Parts: sequence; structure tokens; C-alpha cells
Amino acid sequence: MSRLATTFAHLADANRAALVAFVTGGDPDPAATPAILDALVEGGADVIELGMPFTDPMADGPAIQLANIRSLGAGTTTAKLLEIVADFRTRHPDFPIVLMGYANPMVRRGPAWFADAAARAGVDGVICVDIPSEEDEALGPALRAAGIDFVRLATPTTDAARLPAVLEGAGGFLYYVSVAGITGKQQAAQTSIEAAVAKLKAATDLPVAVGFGVRTPDQAAAIARVADGVVVGSAIVDEIARAAASGNDPAAAVRNIVKDLAAAIRTARQEKAA
Amino acid sequence: MNQPSSLPGGANSFRSQPDARGHFGQFGGRYVAETLMPLILDLEREYRAAKADPAFAREFEYLLRQYVGRPNPLYYAERLTETVRADAPPGMGAKIYLTREDLNHTGAHKINNCIGQILLARRMGKTRIIAETGAGQHGVATATVAARFGLPCVIYMGARDIERQQPNVFRMKLLGAEVRSVESGAKTLKDAMNEALRDWVANVHDTFYIIGTAAGPHPYPELVRDFQSVIGREVRANILAAEGRLPDLLIAAIGGGSNAIGLFHPFLDDPDVAMLGIEAAGKGLDTTEHAASLTGGQPGVLHGNRTFLLQDEDGQIAEAHSISAGLDYPGIGPEHSWLHDIGRVTYESATDAEALDAFQLLCRTEGIIPALEPSHALAAVGRKAREMRQDQIIIVNLSGRGDKDIFTVAQALGVAI
Repeated sequence: MSRLATTFAHLADANRAALVAFVTGGDPDPAATPAILDALVEGGADVIELGMPFTDPMADGPAIQLANIRSLGAGTTTAKLLEIVADFRTRHPDFPIVLMGYANPMVRRGPAWFADAAARAGVDGVICVDIPSEEDEALGPALRAAGIDFVRLATPTTDAARLPAVLEGAGGFLYYVSVAGITGKQQAAQTSIEAAVAKLKAATDLPVAVGFGVRTPDQAAAIARVADGVVVGSAIVDEIARAAASGNDPAAAVRNIVKDLAAAIRTARQEKAA
Repeated sequence: MNQPSSLPGGANSFRSQPDARGHFGQFGGRYVAETLMPLILDLEREYRAAKADPAFAREFEYLLRQYVGRPNPLYYAERLTETVRADAPPGMGAKIYLTREDLNHTGAHKINNCIGQILLARRMGKTRIIAETGAGQHGVATATVAARFGLPCVIYMGARDIERQQPNVFRMKLLGAEVRSVESGAKTLKDAMNEALRDWVANVHDTFYIIGTAAGPHPYPELVRDFQSVIGREVRANILAAEGRLPDLLIAAIGGGSNAIGLFHPFLDDPDVAMLGIEAAGKGLDTTEHAASLTGGQPGVLHGNRTFLLQDEDGQIAEAHSISAGLDYPGIGPEHSWLHDIGRVTYESATDAEALDAFQLLCRTEGIIPALEPSHALAAVGRKAREMRQDQIIIVNLSGRGDKDIFTVAQALGVAI
């Protein structure tokens, strides 16, 4: 079983959701990223979503746009990012890590190059914002051949007729983008999230993780009661930005916020039962 | 003499692209976020229905005639032709015609596409319009049709472009549009497009995105081309009326490439008509400051389509540069990438300095102030016409007028206004 499948299965047995924690690779600089990734693990994250910086992050709000600029400004390259993953993998042999980003940096040297390099580094899954199922050919076959899960996104605009196409070739987990919009802005109503997750879970055996606009432990806990995973990104990225700007240790800031989020998620379903 | 001719349709035609999935060979496609995908599919369905609806065609043609002022003349540029012949080898110096898109309402070809897209927006029941703009011509054209149809309109424009295109910013505001300044990246067209996409993804339910060039996710490259093909269809009728034959060479400037594809597409199956697209070489192809995606770029994925892009070895998008804000974009429409790939159209470039020279030459020889965008095409005319016989014919797309550019040109020439 893959690291992602194992992790989600263990968490299901323990009756709790996964905390999927996003940071932009190389933010504020590539040298800082290994300690930040370790802090995510120590703080209690269950899956790391590592953003590949891109010059044109069309689906991201201001927080992650700025993180991309900081990372690229500090000289992050695809090679450096994969090296960071490979080093992480030697420190954390069983911890799932997923790359998230945009199509162009992933297909630049050809999909097979990227899939093989990512697999060698120990990447478990890939999320690509701008490769919908219609363009699966551009990356999907290469990833699956290399044993990497292609994590697909479902959104409030994905209707029932379209969902089977989205799930075709999907792996790892299904990422439900809870708002039609960009990252880190508004949050969806809890009732709409519950209804959407129920519909998705009826259509797939893949775990369903919910993200976009999740910022506080309370929000995370509410989602953790109904979904298999909660994705938090911009709130963590904001902490990194604040720490970097004020000369503090970004890893310590990350550890603190992730601890609070993880604690809320760990007790979410117990509170409901009580 | 060239006679009108055409290849049979289907597989032997250059005019049957894209395929059902929006691909022009290896280019094009629908590389968008899942949130937008259902909307893109809706748009395609609606476009197919509109294409089959004679009422849609009637309304489009009515507005082009009564509101835009079409059809446009094909003007024989006699003094420009004579000037070129003056220093050409004996017997050389092709006859130069200009197709006058600069005479359109709002001053450029952009309005043709905007009329078509706003009619689609209305068919789809959308109540809010957004667009990106570089030089401001597309922004003005979009604000114009939004005013004409009474829809609220937001235009995204890079902060740097706002600075160099103040007259167009004011025009958009007069037309009732809200102009939002984009501060990210190099603050030009690419960044404006990112911001428009961010708006769209957050407002899919009521918003129609009027993309200004023949690029973006399918079906945009196809529908923009179709709306702009009125240019080539008129040129074809006009040149047959004037000369009784087809031209030898078509020339158009390329940013995204909508004025060029609009001129070229109706002629693609005429084997004796050569075509030349001119990219912006900025400060020179040997510098990093240019916008020549085909000459200086490689295939990649940006803004919804696979096409030639200026980018580094990691796929990070490079900043483009051109004196012309309308050409200042690191990509190009996917159909041009395909036509380049298969060799049906030739692509060259012209520098800022060459465009400025051509700009002034047209002002003085013909009494026409061209926009800086078609000035790039005009720069190529001089060198091509000298290599062609006097009985040969070149048609240049004079895609817009230059009133908007006089401040930029004055600055480049060191004149204080």
C-alpha cells in the first residue's frame, strides 16, 4: 500500500481526519524549507502538500502569490525542490508528501522526466491546478506509470454528470475545493461542505480532503467531523511570511499553528460523539 | 497570376482546426482549474448553438455594419509603395495594400471579437463582464460593448500599462468600466490575465470573461478567430474587386495573434498566398527584452492553453518586453504555434526601433498614424516588398490607429509633449 493509502487507512481506524498541511517549497528560501517540513511533522500534520513555486499562480490568493515570489526570488528551482523532498524522505521514510503546483513547471522537461524524478525523490502524489481530467494525457499516464498518485480536484461547479470523468485515473485522495475562488480568501458554509462531501463519498472510495479558506482550528474541526482530510495552506503560509519579515524562526511559527490545528482535528469527532 | 483556389475540406484543409478537444496539433487544449471547466464546456455548447443560429449571425453582422462601421476599405498605399520602390532593385517593390482595421469604432480590430463575445454572454444569461487589457485597446472595446448592452464591466490592467496608456484608461472610465490596477509580476498583460482568471474563478455563476486575443482555453482561440475572420473575408472580396486576384503575401503583427489569425484564416487553403506574422523583438532577439514567443520560446502551458512561451529551463514564465503594450505578452495563440510548427505561416520579428521607424514612415507617406502594434508589421513590409516584383501584392493588416501611442512615441523620440 502507498504511504498515502496507509496514512488515510490508519486515520480512518482511529476515527479522525488527516491534517493536510500546505507550504510553498523554498519559502522564504530553500535553505529554510527542510526545517519547516520537519516542523509540520512535529506539529502533527498527517500529509504534507509541498507547493512548487510558479511565476503565474492563477488559482492562488495574495498569501500564496507572495510565497511564490519569495521562493523564486530566493532561487528555488525544480531540482532544489526535489532534492529537499529526497532529503525529507531519508529523515521521514513513511510520511506522505504530495507536490502541488501548476502544469508548466511539471511538464517543462516532459511528463516522464518529471514523474520519474519525483518518484525517485520519494513523492507520493501530485496535485496540478490546471490539468483537468480533459487534459490528463499531459501528465496523468506518466505519473501513474511511475507509481505516483494523481490527486484530482473537485469543486462546487463539478456536477454529478462530470464527477465520474474527474475520478477516472484519480489517486491518493480527492481534494474538494470548497469555494469557487482562489486560495486563502472566503470560507464555504459548513452545510454546503457537508452536502458536497456526502455526494463525493458516495461516488468514490478515495478519501475526501477539503480545502480553500480553512484558517482556524474551529473551522478545521468542523470539517474534520465530516471529511477524511482538512487542507490548510494560506494560514500556515501567512505565519511563515510574518516570521520571516520579523526575523523570527519560520519553523517555530509553523510548529505552533500546526499544533493547534492538529489538536482541534484530533478531538473533533470525540466532541461530536460526547 | 494567382487565382482563388482552395483545398478540399476535412483532413486536407488547414482550416479545420481545432479538433473536438480544442487541440491544434499538439497546441491549444483546456488547461484550466476544475472550477472553470464546467463553464468552459457550457461556453463551447453555447458557441456551437450560436454558430448554427442564423439570428446570431444576423445580429453580429448588423452590429459590425451599423455600430463598428464595417466593411472596411482595402487601401492601396501608393506613396508607401513608391517610397519602397525608390531604393529597391529595378523592377522590384511589391504593391502594398493596407486593410483599414484602424477605421473601426474604438480604433482597432479588437471590437469585432468583443461584439461576438458579448452576444454570447447575453445568450448565456451572464450579467457581468470582465476582461484583461495590455495596450488598452481590448479594454476600451470591451467597455464599449458592455456600455452598449448595459452590463457592468471590470477591466484588469497591469499598473505599468496603466502608466503608459493613460488615454485608454480614461476612455474605459468614461465608458463606465471599472479599471483595476494589477500590481503583481511585471505589471503588464500577463499579470492582468492572471488577475482576470482569479476574478472569473470566484464569480463563475454570473460573469463572462471576454478574452481579447485568440488564446486561452478552448473554445476561446476558435471563437475569437471566427469573430476576427471577418477581416480576411472582407480582404478577400476587396482584393478580388481591386486586382481580380488573390494577394501574394499577407503580413500582420502578432502579440496573442488575433488580428493576424483573422486576416490569415480565410486564406489558409490558398497555396499561393504566403503569410508572415511579425512578433515584437523589443530591444533585440539577442537580449532578454523581447516578446517573440515563437522565435525565442518553447512549448509550454499557460493561461489555459499549450503554446509557445518565453520561459526558463524550469518552466518559469519570462517577462516579455515590447514598446507596444499590445504585443508585450510572453505567449501566442495556439493556432499560430501550430501554423508555425507545420510551416504554413512564416514568423519573423521587428524591434522597437524598426517599429518606430515604420510608424513615422506611414505617418509621412500616407497621412495615417498607425498603432505601434501594426507598426511592427509595417516594419517587415519594407524589407519584404523590396524582395518582391512590382506586379506582386502585399496586404498588411493595419490593425489599429496610433492616437493612443503618441505619448510613448514622443518619449521614445525624445520629444516632450
